[in-house]
Amino acid sequence: MSVNQKKPSALKDLDLIRTMIRQHKRNDLAFAGLGMFVIASLTITLIILFLDLVLDGYPKFTLDFFSNFPSRKAARAGILSAWVGSSLVLIVTFFVAVPLGIAAGVYLEEYSKKGWISDVIEINVSNLAGVPSIIYGLLALGLFVYSFGLGQSILTAGLTLALLMLPIVIVSTREAIRAIPVQIREAAYAVGATKWQVVLNHVVQYSYGGILTGVIIGMARAIGETAPLITIGALTFIAFLPPSPVTIDPPFLNLDWLNAGFTVLPIQMFNWISRPQHAFHINAAATGAVIIILTVLMNGVAIKLRYNIRKKIKW
Amino acid sequence: MVMLKNKHNEIVKAESRNLNFFYADGTQALKNINLPVYENKITALIGPSGCGKSTFLRSFNRMHDLYPGNKYEGEIILHPDNTNILDKKVDPIEVRMRISMVFQKPNPFPKSIFENVAYGLRVRGESNKRMLDDKVEEALKGASLWNEVKDRLEDLAFNLSGGQQQRLCIARALATEPEIMLFDEPTSALDPIATVNIEELMSELKKKLSILIVTHNMQQAARISDYTAYMYLGQLVEHDDTNKIFTNPTKKETEDYITGKFG
Repeated sequence: MSVNQKKPSALKDLDLIRTMIRQHKRNDLAFAGLGMFVIASLTITLIILFLDLVLDGYPKFTLDFFSNFPSRKAARAGILSAWVGSSLVLIVTFFVAVPLGIAAGVYLEEYSKKGWISDVIEINVSNLAGVPSIIYGLLALGLFVYSFGLGQSILTAGLTLALLMLPIVIVSTREAIRAIPVQIREAAYAVGATKWQVVLNHVVQYSYGGILTGVIIGMARAIGETAPLITIGALTFIAFLPPSPVTIDPPFLNLDWLNAGFTVLPIQMFNWISRPQHAFHINAAATGAVIIILTVLMNGVAIKLRYNIRKKIKW
Repeated sequence: MVMLKNKHNEIVKAESRNLNFFYADGTQALKNINLPVYENKITALIGPSGCGKSTFLRSFNRMHDLYPGNKYEGEIILHPDNTNILDKKVDPIEVRMRISMVFQKPNPFPKSIFENVAYGLRVRGESNKRMLDDKVEEALKGASLWNEVKDRLEDLAFNLSGGQQQRLCIARALATEPEIMLFDEPTSALDPIATVNIEELMSELKKKLSILIVTHNMQQAARISDYTAYMYLGQLVEHDDTNKIFTNPTKKETEDYITGKFG
């Protein structure tokens, strides 16, 4: 009792209550300040990095830089083969990782029996997202290049990056599906829909915003990947383009490009940066700026899409 | 075909026989329930929270089948064809095609008003535009929502008010011409005016079909239902004419609950 008498109850004393509220608000402010500081330092670092690249590389921001092949003369060297290579590899990656990833995510959420097998798969998928990318490169070298004999080709590169992207697509698909309220699901079943109809008419349609975000973020990660592609033997200097995927003659599609050698933007950048001449470092800086712009653009599109879709679907 | 009838010559549309239900964790939520649902009548289920009335309702369209491990024992017979809808050989999809449901919280799909009502028909393979138009209009009229939405059928269903959304869900359940409609506390998320609208609607609907409704609101049961069943702890305590239940219940427990001494 004596303890209680020494310390008057805060519930009764208005001054004490006010002091307490001020103290709580100071904590609020301190935490907000800390968060702000962390975010600002990260953002500023990125901006400085980007500006540095732009300032170094700005003389190369010409059409020629995008339409020239790499060259021994730094002034004439461009990133034509690199950006075409990156685009083609990403096309393969997209068409492999997206259908597989969505199908796997839908299966795991909607169809698989919950049990230890699904737990093991779940842990594995989450772990895959964190595996260093060079490991994927080694896997691809053994599997795609040697076992399947696909060669050091665009197809191999696309499949490798697809492996890298799959867990991201699977996880984002599952999370998007989980966000669908159980009431909506039950409503669909209650009118007599089958599981497949529920998946097709509801689950996929309401979760595609989240899925799309995952796909774009995965692609943005794939575009910057270097290590696994070096492992499978991407070329660092390439002065020709793969065969065009589209032809004038029927059937208008040509798949020869899948077997062609290639390089990609980050490898081109890596190649230039390892040259002793300063002129090539300018090229590297310009390429780096291009990669960052592409990544930021893709993430921006992802955020915008998610925002637009969220506005339409509110639970 | 012999029709089962009660003393008032009312036809039994469905009845549960010795129905037991176990959730996946082993808890028995329903104990030996025998209850008829009469044709063109409203049967209300009342009782305190957790008494099993929603569990009982959701057995009628095999909603429990969506979650693994749940187990039924006993039968629910649907007349006149004497189908045991709990039979493992009877596909739950088939049951849901005959018995539709309206939920506690309005749960329209994030689609247009039209598509919400048309969905049950689309699931049944109907794709003829004229046919869909007609059926959707009919269902919306049946749910007394047509006049409010006829000029904006392509609007998102979320733009409707809560009461309108619930009537839209009724229209969705009605469009497929079910034999029985299940209502799981359909007005508990609605304001009093929307509640009155839904109640009037149900009295209209029973001319066409049979209704089983779970309600927390005893006045609601007294206002709209023809029969009332009082459940407690997974058991059916008493089932009778609504008038009888509310004026002169046979069991002491029912009286205590209705007069507010308990529950």
